[in-house]
Amino acid sequence: MSKKDSEYLINRKDNQYEVVIGLEVHAQVLSESKLFSTSATKFGAEPNTQVSLVDAAFPGMLPVINEFCVKQAIKTGIGLNAKINKRSVFDRKNYFYADLPQGYQISQFKDPIVGEGKVILDMPNGQKEIGIERLHLEQDAGKSIHDLDPQNTFVDLNRSGVALMEIVSKPDLRSPDEVNTYVKKLRSIMRYLGTCDGNMQEGSLRADVNVSVRPKGSKEFGTRCEIKNVNSIKFMQMAIEYEANRQVDLIEEGKTIDQETRLFDTKKNETRSMRSKEDAHDYRYFPDPDLLPLEVSEKFIEDLKNEIPELPDDKKKRFIEEFKLSPYEANILVSDIDTAKYFEEVVTKMGKNKDIKLAVNWITGELFAVLNSKGLEISQSPVSAKNFAILINLIKNGTISGKIAKTVFELMIDGDKDPQKIVEEKGLKQQSDPKALEALIDKIINDNREKAIEYKQGKEKLFGFFVGQAMKASGGKANPQLINEILKKKL
Amino acid sequence: MSDITKQSLTELVENIKNKKLSSTDVTKAFIDRSEKSDELNAYITNDFTSAIDKAKKFDQKPNLDLKLPGIPMAVKDLFCTKNIKTTAGSKILNNFVPTYESTVTENIWNEGAILLGKLNCDEFAMGSSNETSFFGNVQNPIDKNLVPGGSSGGSASAVAGRLTPITIGTDTGGSIRQPASFTGIVGLKPTYGSCSRYGIVAFASSLDQAGPMAQNVKDCALLHEVISSYDPKDSTSINFKRNHFSKELTKNIKGKKIGIPKEYRVDGMPKEIEDLWQKGIRYIKDCGAETIDISLPNTSYALPTYYIVAPAEASSNLARYDGVKYGFRAKGENLIDMYEKTRSEGFGAEVQRRIMIGTYVLSSGYYDAYYLKAQKVRKLIKNDFDEVYKKVDAILTPSTPSAAFKIGEKTNDPVSMYLNDIFTVPVNLAGLPGISIPAGHDSNGYPLGLQIIGKAFDEQNILNIAYAMEEKINFKNKITDWWIK
Repeated sequence: MSKKDSEYLINRKDNQYEVVIGLEVHAQVLSESKLFSTSATKFGAEPNTQVSLVDAAFPGMLPVINEFCVKQAIKTGIGLNAKINKRSVFDRKNYFYADLPQGYQISQFKDPIVGEGKVILDMPNGQKEIGIERLHLEQDAGKSIHDLDPQNTFVDLNRSGVALMEIVSKPDLRSPDEVNTYVKKLRSIMRYLGTCDGNMQEGSLRADVNVSVRPKGSKEFGTRCEIKNVNSIKFMQMAIEYEANRQVDLIEEGKTIDQETRLFDTKKNETRSMRSKEDAHDYRYFPDPDLLPLEVSEKFIEDLKNEIPELPDDKKKRFIEEFKLSPYEANILVSDIDTAKYFEEVVTKMGKNKDIKLAVNWITGELFAVLNSKGLEISQSPVSAKNFAILINLIKNGTISGKIAKTVFELMIDGDKDPQKIVEEKGLKQQSDPKALEALIDKIINDNREKAIEYKQGKEKLFGFFVGQAMKASGGKANPQLINEILKKKL
Repeated sequence: MSDITKQSLTELVENIKNKKLSSTDVTKAFIDRSEKSDELNAYITNDFTSAIDKAKKFDQKPNLDLKLPGIPMAVKDLFCTKNIKTTAGSKILNNFVPTYESTVTENIWNEGAILLGKLNCDEFAMGSSNETSFFGNVQNPIDKNLVPGGSSGGSASAVAGRLTPITIGTDTGGSIRQPASFTGIVGLKPTYGSCSRYGIVAFASSLDQAGPMAQNVKDCALLHEVISSYDPKDSTSINFKRNHFSKELTKNIKGKKIGIPKEYRVDGMPKEIEDLWQKGIRYIKDCGAETIDISLPNTSYALPTYYIVAPAEASSNLARYDGVKYGFRAKGENLIDMYEKTRSEGFGAEVQRRIMIGTYVLSSGYYDAYYLKAQKVRKLIKNDFDEVYKKVDAILTPSTPSAAFKIGEKTNDPVSMYLNDIFTVPVNLAGLPGISIPAGHDSNGYPLGLQIIGKAFDEQNILNIAYAMEEKINFKNKITDWWIK
C-alpha cells in the first residue's frame, strides 16, 4: 500500500487499485420520544421500560408520526445542502425477527423526505465534495441479547421505534481517511443542528459501509460488498482496509467478487460473509396503509430554515475573516460545536483589547491538554470561558507573564477559580517597575562581571544567561520584555 | 312489558329514559335470551355477570342524557376490549386479553352502553360465512345450518336473533353489509376515515371500517352517531363535521337522483335478485326520488383488485402474530422453527391462504404486476364513482348476488365464496359509505338486501334514503326461534 500524492491505492505486483466507498450512516434523531409513539428514548434505561403498546406491536395499535422527528430530519437535510421533498412516503420493510415486534420496519423506500445534497470535506490536500444520495426516516429495531442465558434470547424493546435518519452517500469516498473526515463532518453538522448527539458509544451513529475496488483509472465500479452495522470510525477504517485488500487479492487470483453482505469481526480484524445476494431478504416494501403520505408545506420548510444556526463551514469562513485565524486553526475550533461555543464566549468575555491568537493558542494548547488528560469534553471544562478570558487578558496586559500564567492556569483548574484573585493572593503579579528592575539587574551584572565582559566581547548567547538570572531573582515575576530592554541598555 | 328483546334500540332507549324499563330489566332480558341461544354460537366470550353489575350500577344513578343509557350490547370480537379476551376469531389470539379499549367501543361505553360479550366472526375477519372462525360456525337465526354471512357473522346473527339490541361489526370488503343482508338486518359501512381504527385488530388497513348493525335504519343512525369520531390516534381518521345522524334523519328524499349501475347486472345472477333490484327502483320512485341509469365501467376489476390489495396488507399486518410477545406460541427448535410452528398451528387455512397470496403479490418481481397494478385499478374504480357522483346523489344495487347459503356449501371453493363480495368490495376500494337494508325474501324465505352507496362523508343521505325505503318495503324478518328449546 502506498500513499503517493496522498492518493490511497492498493498496490500489487503490476497493478494499482482504487477503493470506492459509499456510506449508509444511521443517525439516531435527537428526540424525547419515538418516531411513531410517545415512549421515551433515554439511553441506558432499564430494559423494556420505554415501550408503548405501539412499539410492542399489540393488535390494533397504530403509528402516529412525531412531528418533531420530521422537523429534525428536514433540518438535517438543510444542513446537508439537500433537496427537501415536500411529499414523502413511509413504507413497510417486511421481515421476521424477535426484536422486530411488528414484523416490519417502517421506513421510507421510494420517496424519502430528503433528496440529493452534498458535504464538503477539508482534506490535507484541499477540499473534497461528497455527494449525498438521500436521507430518510425509519424506525430502529429492538435489541436481542443472546449472552445472558445459555438457552434463551432476551429482547429489549426500549430502542424499538426510535427514530433514525439513514443518510446515504454517493460512492464518492476513496480512502479510510476520507471516511474518517466524512463521518466526523456529518457528526459535526448534526451536533450543530441539534438533530443527533453523534454519540457512537451509545449507538447513536452507526454505518453500513459499501466497499468495492477497481484498477486505478478505471471508470467502472467493481462489485461491492456491504459491511453491516459498524459502530466506530476506527472499525470503519479497519474494515475498509481489510475488505479492499481481500477484494484485490481475489481479483489478483483471477477470482470474482460476490456481491454480498458482510460483518466486521472487531476481534479478528476481518470481514466475514453474512449472506449472499441470492440469500438477500425480499423485504416486500409497500406503502404503509396506516400512514398517509407525509406532506410538508413550503412555509414549514422555510420556518425551519430560519431556525438553522451557523453551521461549521460558515463559521470557519467567518473565523478566518473576522479573527484572522488560519484555516487550520479555524478548522480545529469549528469542528466541534462546543469548542466553537467556548471559543466564541472567550472572545466575547475578553472585551475590547483582546488577543485572539493568544486565546486560540491557549485553547488548543493548555486547555486541550488538560481536557485530554482528564478525559473531559470541552462542555465539561473545569475552567469556564469567563475565567479563561480573564487569564488571557492578564497575559495580554502584562499583569502576568506567559510562564506565570501556566502556574495560574493550573491553580484555576481546581474549582474554576478567578485568575485575578490567584494572582493577587499568591503575589504573582509581574514586576514592571523599571526602577526596581534596574536595581535588580545592576546587582546581577555586578555579581557576574566576567560574564558581562565576555558578552561585550561578542559572546552574545550569554544574553540568555542574564535574562535567566534576572527572572530567577524576581521569582519569575519580572516582566520579560522590560528585562530585555534594561539588559540591552546596561550590558 | 312485553318481550323486551323484540324492541328496537330506539324503543329501549325511550323506555329507559321514561323509566318504563331499567337497564337491569333490559340487560337481564338480553342475557336470558343469549343464554338460551348457545346453538347459534354467536358469542365467543360473554361478560354477563359484570354486565348485570354494570346495569345495576347504572340504575342506581342513571344518567339519562346519554345516547345509549344502560343499553346492553355485544360487539364483534375484533374490537379490543380492556380486560376482556379479544380473539379476532383466531387460535393465535385465544389467550389474548388487551389492556386497552378500541376508540369505537370506548365511544359506545362513554354513551352509557354496557358490554354483554364478544361476538363470533371469521378469523381475522377473513371470510364471508363465519366458517373460518377458530370458534366454530355461527348459525343464521333464519334457518338451521344456514350461514349468517361474514365476517361479522356473529354480530349479524346476534342482532337478527335478538341476543343484542344492536351491535358493531367491521367491513373490509362487505363484512357488515353481506351478513346484514343474509340475516335481514340493516348494516352500515361508513366512509373510510369516519370511525377510528384504533384498537381494532387489523385485517387490511386501507379498507377496514367499523360500522353499526341494527334492526332498523333509525337504530343504525343512532349508533353511527355514537361511534363516528375524529381520533388523532389513527392517522387515517378524518376530521370533518359529523352529523347528528338520528336527529337529522328524514324520509323526505324527493328529488334525489339515484344511480342504477348496469355493471352490477352480473352473469348468472339469480332472477330473484334482479327482481329485488327492480322492486327497489320502484320504491325509490315511490319515495319521490328519481333513478338514472349509470355506468361504473371498472366494476368487474374490483374483486380481483380487492383480492390483491387486502391480502397484501393482511400479510404484513398479521406478521406481528409470531409467538414472541403475546398470544399462542408453539414450541420450536429455534426461532425460525418456532415461527413456522406457531403460525402453522395458530392460523387457520383461509388466513394462511391470504397471507400466502399477499406475500406473493408483494414479492420482488411480482410487485409491479400485481400490487402496483391493483393500486392503479383501485384509483380507476374510485374515479368511476367520482364521475357518476357528478350526476347522482347515491347508487342503488343489490347487496349480494344471492341469499344466504348452507353451512359447508362453499367451504371447498374459495373463489365462489369470494364472489359473494362482488357488490360490496368496490365500495371499500373507493372508501365510500354503503348501507344494506333488508328488502325482500328469496323462494326459501331467506332475506335479501339492497345496498345504497353514497358519496364520501354523506352517510346522512344514504341513511335518509334507507329510512324512506324502509317504510315502503315494510320488511318482516321470518324468525321462528328454532334454536330455542
